[in-house]
Formats: sequence, C-alpha cells, structure tokens
Amino acid sequence: MRTTILQYDLSKIVDLAREGKRLDGRALDEIRDFTIELGMCENAEGSARVRLGSTEVVAGIKMGVDKPYPDSPDEGAISVGAELLPLAHSEYEAGPPSFSEIEVARVVDRGIRESKAIDFTKLCIKEGEAVWIAFMDFYAINADGNLFDAGSIAGLVTFMSAKMPKLNDKNKIIKHEYSGELKLTRHPLLATFVKLGDKIMADPTYLEEKASTARFSVATTEDGYMSAMQKGPGYFNAEEVKYMIEKGFEINDAKRKKIFKLIKK
Amino acid sequence: MDRIRITKVNEMVEERIPDYKKDKKRVDGRKMDELRPLSIKVGVLPNADGSAYLEWGQNKVYAAVYGPREALPKHTQDPYKAVVKVTYRMATFSVPERKQPRPNRRDMEISKVLGEALEQVIFAEQFPNTEISVFVEVIDSNAGSRVACLTAASCALADAGIPMKDLVAATGVGKAFGELVVDLDKNEEDAPDAVDVPFGIMPNSGNIVLLQMDGLLTKEEWAKLVPLGMKACQDIYKVQKEALKEKFILSEVSEKSVEAAVEDKAPVADKPKKEAKEAKAKKVKK
Repeated sequence: MRTTILQYDLSKIVDLAREGKRLDGRALDEIRDFTIELGMCENAEGSARVRLGSTEVVAGIKMGVDKPYPDSPDEGAISVGAELLPLAHSEYEAGPPSFSEIEVARVVDRGIRESKAIDFTKLCIKEGEAVWIAFMDFYAINADGNLFDAGSIAGLVTFMSAKMPKLNDKNKIIKHEYSGELKLTRHPLLATFVKLGDKIMADPTYLEEKASTARFSVATTEDGYMSAMQKGPGYFNAEEVKYMIEKGFEINDAKRKKIFKLIKK
Repeated sequence: MDRIRITKVNEMVEERIPDYKKDKKRVDGRKMDELRPLSIKVGVLPNADGSAYLEWGQNKVYAAVYGPREALPKHTQDPYKAVVKVTYRMATFSVPERKQPRPNRRDMEISKVLGEALEQVIFAEQFPNTEISVFVEVIDSNAGSRVACLTAASCALADAGIPMKDLVAATGVGKAFGELVVDLDKNEEDAPDAVDVPFGIMPNSGNIVLLQMDGLLTKEEWAKLVPLGMKACQDIYKVQKEALKEKFILSEVSEKSVEAAVEDKAPVADKPKKEAKEAKAKKVKK
C-alpha cells in the first residue's frame, strides 16, 4: 500500500517539476517553515527540538572533560553524532551507524567546526591535562526529508544555548551547576538542494529526495564565508553549483534572522 | 534496577537523609501515593503507523509503532502469531553523564520485558508471520523511564489501530526513606533503603504484565504495595484514554484543513481523467 502511494507521488513530483512546481505548492527556492523549542531536556547542557515542515529532530549537548590530543594540548573539541531512529521512518533500521547517519553527522559537524564559530582554545581547562569536549548528538524523530538542514538548525541552536558546567578543583563536573555559556562567534547554517530534471529545489521533502537525481549542501556564515560543502549522489554543472551557493547564502540569511527572532522570544 | 545516575538535588540527600515517616511528604513535596505530572499526546509522528509523546515529570519519551509488517529475516517469523519487537533506547544527552550511543545490556533487557508486556494485550494471532515493531526513545529521564515508555508504547499501539484487549498502564512503586511510595524519582531511587518495582498492569483485568524489582522488601510491604500500584495505574489509564480520545475530537481548525485538503486534491484527481478524455478524443480523430 505504502509503496503504491509512493510510486504515484514520485511520478507526480517529476511531472510537476517539469513545470517548475512542487507537490506541496512551494516555489522551487522556498523552504518549509520551521519551529524551535529550546531546553526541554534538563539532563542536557543544551537541547532543542526543531520541526522543519514535518521533519522533526531533537538535539542535545553533553559537555565532558577529557585529555587533549597530544598535537593540540590547549584545544578542546566538538563531536557531532546523528541517529536516524527507526522511529522516524519505516526505512531506517536499528543497528550500527549507517552511511547516511555518518554523512549527515559529519556534514553538520564540518559546517560548525570549520566556520571557526567555536574557539577551541576557550574550551581548554588546563593545557596538556584537561579540556572540554562538547558532544552534540541529534536524533531524527520524524523523517520527511532534509535532515541536513534540520540537523544544522538544531545543532546551531543547541550550541548557542548550551551552558558550561561548573568544575570542582579536581576538574570534575559539579552536577546541575553552570558557569557561563558556550560562545559562538559565527552562526553557520546548512542549505540543502536537490536536482530534479533540470530544476533545483531547496529544502527537499522525503519524496523529493527520492525522486531527485542529485543532492548538494552548503554551509554559510553571516559574514560571507562558506564553511562546508557536500555533494551527495548525482552531478551538477558549474552554473548550478554557483546558483545553489548564491541561493544558499540567501536562504541561510533568512533562516538565521528567523532563528534569532525565535530564540529571543 | 540498573542505576542511571540522575540526581537533581543530590546535595540535599547528602545534607540530611529525609525520613518520610516524620516528614509526611516527599523530597519534591509529593504525597506518598502521588504521581508526578503526566501528559500524553498520540499521533505525533506522521511517518509512523501509530505514535505517542509522553512527559512524566522530567521523563520525556517518544513511542512509534510500525506494522504489522512482514517479519524479516524470515526465521524470526512465527506462523501462528505476530512477533512484538520493542526497541528501547536512550538519547546520549538524556542522562547526567553522556550515555554511549550504542545499546547496552540494560537497553536490551528493558526492550525484552517491555515486548513481553505488550504482547499480552495484542491479538497477535490475527497477524501470523508479521512483526509489530515498537520503538521507544527516551530524550530526558529521571527514574521510571521504562514505565514511561511502556505507558506511551501502549498508546501508540492503540493509535496504530492494532486490535488490543486492553492498554498497559505502568508505574514505579517501591520504598524510599522508610515509606512505601509510588512513582519514585531519582532521589528516592538513590535512597539507602530504596526498593524500585517497575509495575505494569492491564487496567481492565488487573493482570500484571510488567514486574521487576531490586532492593529488599518484606512480604507485608509487598502486600501493601500492590494496591498502591493498582490505584496509580488506574489513574494513568485515565490519562491514556483521554489522550486517545483527544486525537479524534476534531477542532474547528482541523475540520477546515480537512475540507481544504479535500478541495486541494480534487483537481489532481480530475487531471488524469481529463488526459484520458483527451487521449480518447485524439484516438477518435485518428
């Protein structure tokens, strides 16, 4: 039953794309509306629930103290994990991390890490001995396409809202006591596109991803930098890539504005 | 019960060990037989066949049901009934100290006992060779996450339209600081005399479908705990029923959106017919 509906929808998506239309009536470069809920997990140092259309992800940060890497004794680190829970789609299975899980986690990670938004030297507790590691994990709760962008919004806002735990004199975390926040100097976001025929669509749904022939994501910052790119399946020509980068900046600037507005509330 | 180290006001426990016999109220101000605030919403995940989101005190869990669907690999199939498979997991940030993402022995055991509890209420023999998959994910926790998951999962099963004899309502009961209590929180689970009994029943028949225990308990104390647990589960059952009813009460807004959806779909449905007519017309011309 499910598959018949899917096949029907897929062919409809392809037909509509030829006319430059989408199944949900959006313009090709229009993203779905999103909502953010902050801080619902009290055990996490920062947490967020993001709904992008009907895609839903929950992200949380745990701060840990560990020894620094020998080659960077005064730098802390971040670690990003993603799980596509079987809860989120009948297609996902429980088990060791899949290729898709690893890819989406690493792309979101690079977007944040390479933007230098977090100064890793500020995560140093004592050079050569103890540094902070920020573990950000996000979970797909309902998967309706574009977990990249949903994960990047969730990741960014959890990092923005994360509290730093207090330490005792032995560098052990004192539970439920905090001092200050994790400061971000930039706010990188991902914008993901798919190609259907010769049309480029922003923020694809699950079915649009299925029907598409190529996928591309770009992470941008507010001061005009790109901090990560990732081409998934398929191919693009140089013109298309240029278009997606330009659109990516435009879309992410709008998203960023909305995020700041939502968080202020 | 395995300890998930969750302590909100641990310092308080260290300062003065509460004595519930004297205090007459609990660390968080509850009465001995009082549950933490519980709320359930069903049908929250559009992709799943049935789903529920539950908040119970600090515990927050999602439950999703897929199926009945073909049980794979084939050797897992039972030719006489559906296999009920529960996957219980905790998010890395759902506990004070980050949990390793891969499932541990505790996750596996809980998945097993939850599955065995739910199996009792499902008419599994109606769906031979299939699997009913139940996924529960804990995103925040403070003692009692497995009973929260079981309570949510049974709502998700009902939401999926799976034929059931009853729901399953579950709560923790036990002993802490010298008194018998219902729905222990983390402070109470860490009490020196703590006894924790995850307790789940079929509310209509009163049959017990989940029962575990760790700690030291006398026969007399157990005899007193059972009615406490039964009463609490009946209260939980009321919340479950309300949550399920809630989904089917159409608000004005959703009625409109239903109408809009019907109107939206109409032209699309007509389109193939038009094309067919045109095609026919062309054929006729030829």
